[in-house]
Amino acid sequence: MSIRVAKTGNEAFAEAMRQINPDVVAAYPITPATEIVQIFSQFVADGIVKTEYIAVESEHSAMSACIGASAAGARTMTGTSSQGLALMWEMLYIAAGLRLPIIMSVVNRALSSPINIHCDHSDGMGARDSGWIQIFSENVQEAYDNIIQAVRIAEHPDVRLPVMATTDGFILSHCLEVAEFLDDDVVQKFVGDAPHRPNILDFENPITLGALDLQDYYFEHRRQVAEAMSKSIKAIDEIASEYEKLTGRRYDFFETYKLDDAEYAIILIGSTTGTAKDVVDELRSKGKKVGLMKIRVFRPFNYLKVRKALENVKVLGVMDRADGLNSFCGPLYSEICTSLYEANNRPLLMNFIYGLGGREVKEEDIENTFEHLFRAGKEGKTVNTVYIGVRE
Amino acid sequence: MPSIKDLAKREAKFVSGHRLCPGCGAGVVARHVMLAIDKPVVVGCATGCLEVSSTIFPYTSWATPFIHSAFENVAATISGAETAYRTLKKQGKIDKDVVFVAFGGDGGTYDIGLQSLSGAAERGHKMLYVCYNNQAYMNTGVQRSSATPRGASTTTSPAGKVIPGKVQFSKDIMSIMVAHYIPYAAQTIPGRWNDLVNKVEKATNADGLSFINVLSPCRLGWPHKPELAMEITRLAVETCLWPLYEVIDGKYKLNYKPKEKKPITEWFKLQGRFAHLLKPGNEHFLESIQQEVDRRWENLLKKCETN
Repeated sequence: MSIRVAKTGNEAFAEAMRQINPDVVAAYPITPATEIVQIFSQFVADGIVKTEYIAVESEHSAMSACIGASAAGARTMTGTSSQGLALMWEMLYIAAGLRLPIIMSVVNRALSSPINIHCDHSDGMGARDSGWIQIFSENVQEAYDNIIQAVRIAEHPDVRLPVMATTDGFILSHCLEVAEFLDDDVVQKFVGDAPHRPNILDFENPITLGALDLQDYYFEHRRQVAEAMSKSIKAIDEIASEYEKLTGRRYDFFETYKLDDAEYAIILIGSTTGTAKDVVDELRSKGKKVGLMKIRVFRPFNYLKVRKALENVKVLGVMDRADGLNSFCGPLYSEICTSLYEANNRPLLMNFIYGLGGREVKEEDIENTFEHLFRAGKEGKTVNTVYIGVRE
Repeated sequence: MPSIKDLAKREAKFVSGHRLCPGCGAGVVARHVMLAIDKPVVVGCATGCLEVSSTIFPYTSWATPFIHSAFENVAATISGAETAYRTLKKQGKIDKDVVFVAFGGDGGTYDIGLQSLSGAAERGHKMLYVCYNNQAYMNTGVQRSSATPRGASTTTSPAGKVIPGKVQFSKDIMSIMVAHYIPYAAQTIPGRWNDLVNKVEKATNADGLSFINVLSPCRLGWPHKPELAMEITRLAVETCLWPLYEVIDGKYKLNYKPKEKKPITEWFKLQGRFAHLLKPGNEHFLESIQQEVDRRWENLLKKCETN
């Protein structure tokens, strides 16, 4: 039914792509995501997938070709990172606006300038308003599970939006971890055949896709995209339940760790969560009532559920691995503020920016973060924004 | 090749109701190209006049599947659609023989779209790429492009007191495309329907990406009298500014040689964008343009002779 093997995040993404066996993959290599398409193109060369692989000349063309392929009814996948995702920016919005269920693995990496190849979440955060569903992963297992579920979410008739599943650059993309991989036929059965969509190879029902919308229709079509994003919450939940039956692994919009009775908690995204869980354990052993929340699905953001889970915390630290450069806070902080504004008991909130450009996050950085929260709780006031682990 | 009567009987895939200007070349080009293809066609269009004028929601002039995504990427978009078709056909999910056509203006082809066009040509996707070339960014209001001829006044290369319009000569896109070793490249005009239809037939039978550069008059940007649109394209051929030729598997073939080569001023005097050149004081500049047109024409003749 499944096997446990050690694989890197990139290998896990490539393996999932092999098992999904999409019709078309169009991609352009970029560090640290290169391996995904490298491994996958070998699958194509060896004839073990049915996929047609388009080795395009840029990420802009990668997403453009994905749009053409998906519009033609093909199940379509790609992968990228950082500058590549930034170069796709124009096309990300178009993929979502045309309601094309493209699936993309993104390896999160800092954006230039200065140029840097290591992890932070600025690339992903730059795509947060594009209409793509965004699912972040803490480890290799989650990356594998997320990209498989992404297919079903994207193609769900109530959703029909593109989905990106991400890993943290190098930390997950290049590090070996033991994970459980499903059998090929199990994955095939789970993803199934893509449900029929109107497409540009249907000559009996010719469509004009990408028409010019002016003042009289643009708003309605954008409203439909917003509606699809809202409806995706239910679809994501249903698909997670189905996946849980198959694997025993339960995925929610977020994961909580010792949060139920926590007075002090942090919220974060991605691979740092593992380190943070260790710190929570350590502080708990010292009698501190601490916990954490890890956001998995950033788009859509499940504001109501997040609020419910957080409203009894006394002091909350939001850890952003991307800066908002808005003179105040990072992007996750804004979401958490929005979630909590109507909470019955609003926690004290602090924002921490950490780990930019792959800056290592150690246990003492997380301890330091909690120290800030303890102090704020004691003094009844907060300071914003705190940069963790930077030379000021 | 079908007769014009046969063509007239074919079901139109680009139909009336679009909002292109009277006297615009793009509509004629689109209609001719679509009539010339007697198979199921998927059309892609770069952002530009043709796209915005033919697909104003909820209307469309395309009685065939159509996709527009952005400005610089119609070749990449159709690369994806064509690849999807190939795999779906292999899987037995589609049984038709489908032709893929990409339309781009000179902006979407020579400039912002050159990279994606080059990529698609190198990969060899089976599509016909048609550049409806009106020699400037007309959709945004007549800004110069690398296809704009020297001397033309545009809104970003205006004829002024010191500079007499665009200084540079146009880019030789045909040579660029031929350098990709594509199976078929051709230059034509809508003013000779038979030349255009013939070339579209050859192009769509080629194995790989084929490229057709069509001169497409713009009554607002050139500007010219709308009723002269087709005549102006024929005059461009007679002046050797726009030779009719094709390159089949790398071999050049001239399709028409004017009996008497007309001076470029014959072409210029029908268009407002060149009016300043015909005034006293610009003779030297005008002469430099004639020399370059002559040089390029001679070059082309040599290429055709060696074959």
